[in-house]
Amino acid sequence: MVTWLRANLFNNVFNSAITVLLGTLLLYVLSQVWGWGISHAVWVADAEQCNTARGAGACWGVVAEKYRIIIFGRYPFEAQWRPLLATLLLMALLLASCVRLFWKPWLAALWVGVLVVFFILMHGGVLGLATVTTDQWGGLPLTILLASLSVVGAFPLAVLLALGRMSDLPVIRSLCTVYVELIRGVPLISVLFMASFLFPLFMPVGTSIDVLLRVLVAMILFAGAYLAEVIRGGLQAIPRGQYEAAASLGLTYWQMQGKIILPQALATVVPGIMNNFISTFKDTSLVTIVSLYELTGSLDLAVNSDPDWLPYKLEGYLFIAAIYFVFCFSLSRYSQWVERQVSRGKVH
Amino acid sequence: MAFWRNQKTRGWLYQLAALLLVAACIVWLADNTLENMRNRGIQSGFDFLSQPAGFAISESLFGYESTDTYWRAFLAGLGNTLKVAVVGIILTTILGVLLGVGRFSHNILIRGLCLTYVEVFRNVPLLLQLLMWYLVCVEWLPNVREAEPFLGIYLTKAGLALPWFGDMPVKAGFGIKGGVNLSPEFFALLLGLTIYTASYIAEIVRSGIASVPRGQREAALALGLSRGQTMRLIQLPQALRVIIPPLTNQYLNLTKNSSLAVAVGYPELVSIANTSLNQTGRAVECIAVIMAVYLTLSLLTSAFMGWYNRRSAIKER
Repeated sequence: MVTWLRANLFNNVFNSAITVLLGTLLLYVLSQVWGWGISHAVWVADAEQCNTARGAGACWGVVAEKYRIIIFGRYPFEAQWRPLLATLLLMALLLASCVRLFWKPWLAALWVGVLVVFFILMHGGVLGLATVTTDQWGGLPLTILLASLSVVGAFPLAVLLALGRMSDLPVIRSLCTVYVELIRGVPLISVLFMASFLFPLFMPVGTSIDVLLRVLVAMILFAGAYLAEVIRGGLQAIPRGQYEAAASLGLTYWQMQGKIILPQALATVVPGIMNNFISTFKDTSLVTIVSLYELTGSLDLAVNSDPDWLPYKLEGYLFIAAIYFVFCFSLSRYSQWVERQVSRGKVH
Repeated sequence: MAFWRNQKTRGWLYQLAALLLVAACIVWLADNTLENMRNRGIQSGFDFLSQPAGFAISESLFGYESTDTYWRAFLAGLGNTLKVAVVGIILTTILGVLLGVGRFSHNILIRGLCLTYVEVFRNVPLLLQLLMWYLVCVEWLPNVREAEPFLGIYLTKAGLALPWFGDMPVKAGFGIKGGVNLSPEFFALLLGLTIYTASYIAEIVRSGIASVPRGQREAALALGLSRGQTMRLIQLPQALRVIIPPLTNQYLNLTKNSSLAVAVGYPELVSIANTSLNQTGRAVECIAVIMAVYLTLSLLTSAFMGWYNRRSAIKER
């Protein structure tokens, strides 16, 4: 114990001074945070109590009062078991997809099945469920839906783009390069603006596409370009001999890619794909700017029109920040675990 | 052998098909757009750029009046984008390098704090962080009237006022005069971008330093260099080669992320374009301006960094 302390905190005069200084500062900050966030905080949904505690303690009552709107957005109150069930299903599937044992072809089929169930539950209109149009979807279900569908949709696009960029055919190579560099050069928000202002103009006269679908397409186009670069990294790591061996066996281009190259390339970039999923998950918060009410947007919805609770918006922000953190942190831990698995496989 | 069995011919045929497909898509989209615009009575063309904009911009590097043209408004927006990007890049590099080097400290407190910082700020969306900083700026900071200076610095609801070469900020009526004044919007955006990007740069610096072979550090210590000198003179310069390419990406990300200013009301390019779009209805043109500007910035930065990277690369025989 004493040895550990000496080695890690007090190994020389300079370090001891830093330890004392930082330690005091840290204790002070932590006690302030504890005081504001825990001991002086109001935990019940009582606006008057919150008002008296204002400045001295946090008002977590805003979460207790508004959590249904924050998490489910404008979804009809009585029917909120539907998004709850749908989200739990999707999350269970996401968790299952993380287990190596389940990386089998039937997982893809399961994804399709679960997405169909998700849509039936959320949208209704069949099996006696009342119809809930997509403009009423919101909160956490929308965040998770956008994030997972963007990556699932971006994946085939990214594989094609990555293969295209590695292709021997100059025209196809330049088309793919231009697309990837174009998308990576502009901010996501401009692509989302395009989805909300330009996509309606792009379609034939008289057709209108749902705003959720437009935003989803934009997210897929955007995530696809980044994912393509990740996959290209994996393709470049495959030794030349693998291509030559496959070609000398008489495999066609698609057989070679599908059976030899891609399985190896994708296995090495699983951590990269996970990181892409994490950034897409965080990027979904931007759809609030084009007026879809995912988590960030639904908080505005919950407190902006209610003067009693508006002063405690920061507590609301901290609540959704915690939700995002839990998701992203566990995903990144998982990605690190996969990375270790992959590199362990390489040693043997 | 039939000609369609020939690998080369088939290659060209595929490429021709791909080209035709892309061209057909573009023609189809353009045709739909033109017809839609005709039906809805939307005018097109960039001639609106020379018309008066008619909206005010709260801050601008070059003088801008609401009677000035759209063209000037876009220029003011670009100026504001560059302002926040340049200041942000400088600050985030300093913070990020300190945090990255801190991960190698002998002091477990410093190591732990740096790790916590990275994990916390990397795993919360930037937009949310920006909204929080902005909220803290406009709600929790004191009014100008009640504010007390700290080392000559005022941090109030009116933003941040810093002394500048002996020019001290002083309270004057409802505002603060003198020194350098940063608006709360700019301050919140700068804070958010700097803190968020620094968490990524810290990781890049950490893995860069970790990639330098152990022997280099041991040799330097054996030569009698102090730990600080070893880091500064031996480890960091060698790590730089690994650090620079991903660092470029982070600089570009920061510049692109400055477009989130539209959520806190800082008048940079995207929010000016958004206002112009709502006023004129010329969506195609306004979005084209945004994309063209960011693409140019991206290409210029990567060209510069490519040149720098070639210069700092190991010269081998």
